[in-house]
Amino acid sequence: MENLIALLVAAPLLGAAVLLCGGRRLDRSGHWIGTLLAAASFVIGAVLFTDMLGKGADDRALHQKLFSWIPVEGFQADVAFQLDQLSMTFVLLITGVGTLIHIYSIGYMEHDERRRRFFGFLNLFLAAMLLLVLADNYLLLYAGWEGVGLASYLLIGFWQHKPSAATAAKKAFLVNRVGDIGLSIAIMLMFTTFGTFAFGPVLGATGDASEGKLTAIGLMLLLAACGKSAQVPLQSWLGDAMEGPTPVSALIHAATMVTAGVYLIVRSGVIFNAAPDAQLVVAIVGAVTLLFGAIVGCAKDDIKKALAGSTMSQIGYMVLAAGLGPIGYVFAIMHLVTHGFFKAGLFLGAGSVMHGMNDEVDMRRYGGLRTYMPVTFVTFGLGYLAIIGFPGLSGFFSKDKIIEAAFAKGGTEGWILGSVALLGAAITAFYMTRVMLMTFFGQKRWQPDAEGREPHPHESPKSMTIPMIVLAFGSVFAGGFFSIGDRFLHWLEPVTGHDHGDAPISATTVTAATMVVLVIGVAVAWSVYGRKPVPAVAPRGSLLTRAARRDLLQDDFNHVVLVRGGEHLTRSLVYVDHTLVDGVVNGTAASMGGLSGRLRKLQNGYARTYAVSMFGGTAVLIAATLLMRAV
Amino acid sequence: MSATAVHSLWTTAGEVTSAAPGDRFTAPTIEYAQLAPVLIVVGVAVLGVLVEAFVPRRHRYTTQVFLTVVALAASFAAVIGLAADGYATKSAHIAAMGAIAVDGPALFLQGTILLVSMVSVFTFAERRLDPASHGNRVDSFAAQAGSVPGSDGEKAAVKAGFTTTEVFPLVLFSVAGMLVFPAANDLLTLFVALEVFSLPLYLLCAVARRKRLMSQESAVKYFLLGSFSSAFLLFGIALLYGYAGTVSYAGIAAVVDGGVQDIDPALADTMGNDALLLIGGALVLMGLLFKVGAVPFHMWTPDVYQGAPTPVTGFMAAATKVAAFGALLRLLYVVLPGLTWDLRPVMWGVAIVTMVGGAVVAITQTDIKRLLAYSSIAHAGFILAGVIAASPEGISSVLFYLGVYSFVTVGAFAVVTLVRDAGGEATHLSKWAGLGRRSPLTAAVFAVFLLSFAGIPLTSGFSGKFAVFKAAADGGAAGLVVVGVISSAIAAFFYIRVIVLMFFSEPKADGPTVAVPSPLTMTTIAVGVAVTLVLGLAPQYFLDLASQAGVFVR
Repeated sequence: MENLIALLVAAPLLGAAVLLCGGRRLDRSGHWIGTLLAAASFVIGAVLFTDMLGKGADDRALHQKLFSWIPVEGFQADVAFQLDQLSMTFVLLITGVGTLIHIYSIGYMEHDERRRRFFGFLNLFLAAMLLLVLADNYLLLYAGWEGVGLASYLLIGFWQHKPSAATAAKKAFLVNRVGDIGLSIAIMLMFTTFGTFAFGPVLGATGDASEGKLTAIGLMLLLAACGKSAQVPLQSWLGDAMEGPTPVSALIHAATMVTAGVYLIVRSGVIFNAAPDAQLVVAIVGAVTLLFGAIVGCAKDDIKKALAGSTMSQIGYMVLAAGLGPIGYVFAIMHLVTHGFFKAGLFLGAGSVMHGMNDEVDMRRYGGLRTYMPVTFVTFGLGYLAIIGFPGLSGFFSKDKIIEAAFAKGGTEGWILGSVALLGAAITAFYMTRVMLMTFFGQKRWQPDAEGREPHPHESPKSMTIPMIVLAFGSVFAGGFFSIGDRFLHWLEPVTGHDHGDAPISATTVTAATMVVLVIGVAVAWSVYGRKPVPAVAPRGSLLTRAARRDLLQDDFNHVVLVRGGEHLTRSLVYVDHTLVDGVVNGTAASMGGLSGRLRKLQNGYARTYAVSMFGGTAVLIAATLLMRAV
Repeated sequence: MSATAVHSLWTTAGEVTSAAPGDRFTAPTIEYAQLAPVLIVVGVAVLGVLVEAFVPRRHRYTTQVFLTVVALAASFAAVIGLAADGYATKSAHIAAMGAIAVDGPALFLQGTILLVSMVSVFTFAERRLDPASHGNRVDSFAAQAGSVPGSDGEKAAVKAGFTTTEVFPLVLFSVAGMLVFPAANDLLTLFVALEVFSLPLYLLCAVARRKRLMSQESAVKYFLLGSFSSAFLLFGIALLYGYAGTVSYAGIAAVVDGGVQDIDPALADTMGNDALLLIGGALVLMGLLFKVGAVPFHMWTPDVYQGAPTPVTGFMAAATKVAAFGALLRLLYVVLPGLTWDLRPVMWGVAIVTMVGGAVVAITQTDIKRLLAYSSIAHAGFILAGVIAASPEGISSVLFYLGVYSFVTVGAFAVVTLVRDAGGEATHLSKWAGLGRRSPLTAAVFAVFLLSFAGIPLTSGFSGKFAVFKAAADGGAAGLVVVGVISSAIAAFFYIRVIVLMFFSEPKADGPTVAVPSPLTMTTIAVGVAVTLVLGLAPQYFLDLASQAGVFVR
């Protein structure tokens, strides 16, 4: 069985190689090859999953060593895979949602002449992401980590003819570098501390390391997670990443890649458990980001950017849960999976709307689309209900658990984190209702596009609606399926461990409170966007609204602090280089030249001078030799 | 054959008579087989003189070139044979009544000298570079060395198509001296060898076909200064004899180490007087430092290198340095090891001023031959760093460096002979501008040699420099290595400046042309490039060879 693990990665990798190297003759069949190989990977995943279910909870983990990657004395790195329940969860999510989005892209990218390349990049992404979650050591994980970064860069900038897309790709790449440095430092620290980077030995030996070292490793891992998962302070790239084609936003920037940070933290849970300070920072980062993303999501008129804010906020929930320690690990992953369903569904719905509206993204130019695009409306609506936590749907179960767990953290921290999570739920209800109302309800506010074409909204083709329907099923039922009888908890507990914590308030109270804030959020949104017509031009808004439209000034902050600061730093370094370093270098060169010219004059061509030189030299030689003996 | 036996032969007559006559006056034992490398070369050199006397003029060139190449090849074969018989290692041996050592360093250096001389002789024999004069193909040497430059006699000689074929036996005599020089095992043999290889060189410097006055001037300078240094050397030998009562290396070493208790009554006043030892040692040292071109005994080098015919310059720069460093190594390691600590500071000083002086003064040179002369001075400094290491690694690294350096040098000077304009070789650097655009191959080959001089990795220069500096650092001369590396950096400037000049400057309208040489010079250059690259890429075999050969017999 374990021999199949490599095939999981190999199938999409083969697809990427074939599609990217195959050339134009694959233009007509490329998307089928890509989709087929993604589906093949899913089938292999399903086979492995069935096999895993047949075993006892404690011996489900599979191991496969492919080859020795860097076999050096004292530095062993293997290309080896580990498939346990945690990896399995990701494998199914990645290949399942990935396959659906491949199918969706067949329709969505139909008119793009570079479709083959697009599918090649998608396959490359799948391979890298699977490598990331299947690696049995941090170094190989790092390879996958960089691989998904590359795929993300290529896909955000897929429409590179648009300067905004090219810039967004660069921005994503650069911001991610900062996080990647964190991961590489964490790996180096692990190597110096434990002498290895395989999961087993590192995570098994945390007891031997000092807490200070573990805190340092934990914080560096968190930095890495912040970069990849768009957490404050490295969140600025995600909104711009929406420049990529919508299936990319759905797959990479909503369902899978951006959750890699959560995977990393949960995978390294043992380290964080032993470093409470780092763990608390994780929770704080999650809490801040969940509010940050939610506030940004409230102010955006671009449907994809609103959803991007929402993604940031929901991943904030996951990171918060992961920062709660064993109380929250399972729920972080559970929310990650349900979020994968409903957020991918929402993005695909948004893509479907754009497809029907001449690629318009401004929600102020939508309105009343429910009758024109019924399938999209229903699937998007189900996703909407799921994300706001409507009772019985997926989000209800997973988010509710996180809020409960936050309170169960105990102490003042527990109250603060729980309240923040609760507040986030209210804001989530508000901004998602806003999106729903502005898009599908109210009057038509359609406007002709730049070329003067009137929009003629229509339902999207089958290849697009079917994945949306499948994801809608997941949005509705996944949460209940996981939670009833604590199925997901029992499934994942052997890997992550679990702890109930001591909740200061009962689960029922939390659920009731969640329901109350949910109703408040929806009601406020309805009173603003449902009762009154939505203005086609955005009103000026309050100071907070205006700041939120500018992503809470994240870019301004980065510009002033990092860009300007960097410029000043480089300018002063250049100044030092020009005056001091060049001065010394040029001065040395000039003095050497001068010395050379002067010494050269000694060589005057007269044999007598030369003889004197020899005589003098000999005298010095003798004198020095005698002097040495005398001394 | 012991040291005392030798010196007592001619110091205390009473002793001789008192001993049984048959015991003292046995004919000297000469191991002809072990001396074969030298004997072959000397023999053919004498034969060459006879050729000059008896063979018709038009056949002389062919005959001489043939004889010279055969002699060098046969001698090299003899060296290989001796090495194969184990004389380089386990059966190292002192031959000819204590006069000549047959050991690893001697054989290694003799082999190097012979190969380098062989490729040098190819450039001596080159006759396609100069335009034919009066229908006769000519080489780099004057039609008739004895004629006054610019006189009617010279014109007549040129018209008659004379060539100085005497250069070939002269080279052979010089080579014979060089073969003995690093193998000399007593001070008198050392002195005789020095003179035997120097005198022909003085002559060779004087016989350039073009710029004859400059050539003659350089020969006179070289002769005067060489004699001057020989006088110092000889005086040093006398003082050392006074100190030890013997000129044999082993004998002097024994006295230095305090191993000899019986004072020779005739020398009772001086024997064991350390002042004599120190002064004599310093003077002999000075004589050898003059030959390797170390500062401040280097001043003849630029003038002579520039004035001598370029093939001679190449030969001299390469082979002399090998021979002289060989003798220096033997002197320091065999005769004066007890003085290591006394001489070390002085040697440090000489090495430092040699490295820095050579590199710094080279910066402002405008003539390629002078540039290479200063470069050779700097390299002498680098090699001195290895000599000072005073360890087996020091010996083997110096042996390796000498092998590396000599081939690059011969190759570089061979390239210089190719770049010509109406006045002969165009040695002024400004004329080399843009050479890389006109003759990319020639310029590229020269660039390889320059990079090797500069010690850039993947060339032999790097392997050599690395070996020498490593030995010096391990031998406790880390400070010297620092100076060496800094000097290398300075030196890299002028080497690379020439490359920049060749490849990145606009060619001049009246620039020189690159003459197409015969296969002879091509072989010289090709061997240089091959050695440079092979020893740069895969030096290990030769490093091992040098390290096996790095033990002196005493």
